[in-house]
Amino acid sequence: MKWWLWPLGLFLVLVVFLGVGLTLNPREVPSPLIGKPAPPFQLPLLHEAEKTFSQKDMLGKVWVLNVWASWCGPCRDEHPIWVDLAKANVVPIYGLNYKDKRADSIAWLQRYGDPYVLSVSDTQGRIGIDYGVYGVPETYVIDKAGVIRFKQVGPVTPAVLKDKIFPLIAKLNGNV
Amino acid sequence: MEMCKYLFLLIFLLSFEMPAWATEDAALEQRVQRISEELRCLVCQNQTIADSSADLAVDLKNQVREKLKQGVSEKDIITFMTERYGDFVLYRPPVKATTWLLWFGPGLLLVAGLVALFMRLRRRATVEVEPQLTDDERARAAALLQTHSSTTKPNQR
Repeated sequence: MKWWLWPLGLFLVLVVFLGVGLTLNPREVPSPLIGKPAPPFQLPLLHEAEKTFSQKDMLGKVWVLNVWASWCGPCRDEHPIWVDLAKANVVPIYGLNYKDKRADSIAWLQRYGDPYVLSVSDTQGRIGIDYGVYGVPETYVIDKAGVIRFKQVGPVTPAVLKDKIFPLIAKLNGNV
Repeated sequence: MEMCKYLFLLIFLLSFEMPAWATEDAALEQRVQRISEELRCLVCQNQTIADSSADLAVDLKNQVREKLKQGVSEKDIITFMTERYGDFVLYRPPVKATTWLLWFGPGLLLVAGLVALFMRLRRRATVEVEPQLTDDERARAAALLQTHSSTTKPNQR
């Protein structure tokens, strides 16, 4: 065997590893929350601040929690997807309004449409930290037992919706 | 004279006692700093939250401070963070089955390199102990040695 095959082989292995590394998205941090109960919260509603909403209110239902903010650009890109989905009435969508001003958020929803059954205000971003939010928008699918089954960091695209979220919701609604 | 002035100034300043709250705060900030240096900022991934002034990093630092004030241990704070953001948030990844390669890989590479070097050196040593000469070369060498020894004194070689 030729001696130079060794370094060449090692080099090729390295190339393959680095090549695969380049195609990965470093922003996609695997969430430790998948398969765990959704962290508890009790937050005032965006539109009716005297009322509150808790994740417990949704036990027994499959639902989507979307973290959004009026200051967040990608949220606006993603928003039409939720507006369409809300019209289709596939799954209830709830909003977590993250570190936002109340007036700004309400104006934003008036302008771009409000797909949410309701939004809650996380003004300090504390519940955001509990949910491991680090890049708005983020989206969670939560099952009937209140367990997080899916998390999307960054905008949900039509492909993600079709390939991941829809099949998951169908499965969760069918099995339990 | 200049020296004396500074000395007096120093003594003057030292005569003030630091208020208790100031030292307490400083100690707390030091702990916040130490923990923050262990945590990765998720928005700016190659910085610790101690180095970052990103919104989320500031929020997380505030969380750390608040928890320390409540008397939560440093270990529990780290656990709090990993429960939410995963091991990725740690600048020092934990040693477990999935990270063995990460932790011991460099050592393994070093050992592999040493073994390869050792084997190569040994092979070279055995090869060079007995140089392979053809009969023709031997005859030429013998002839050369003979002509040399006849023209020079033996002890001059």
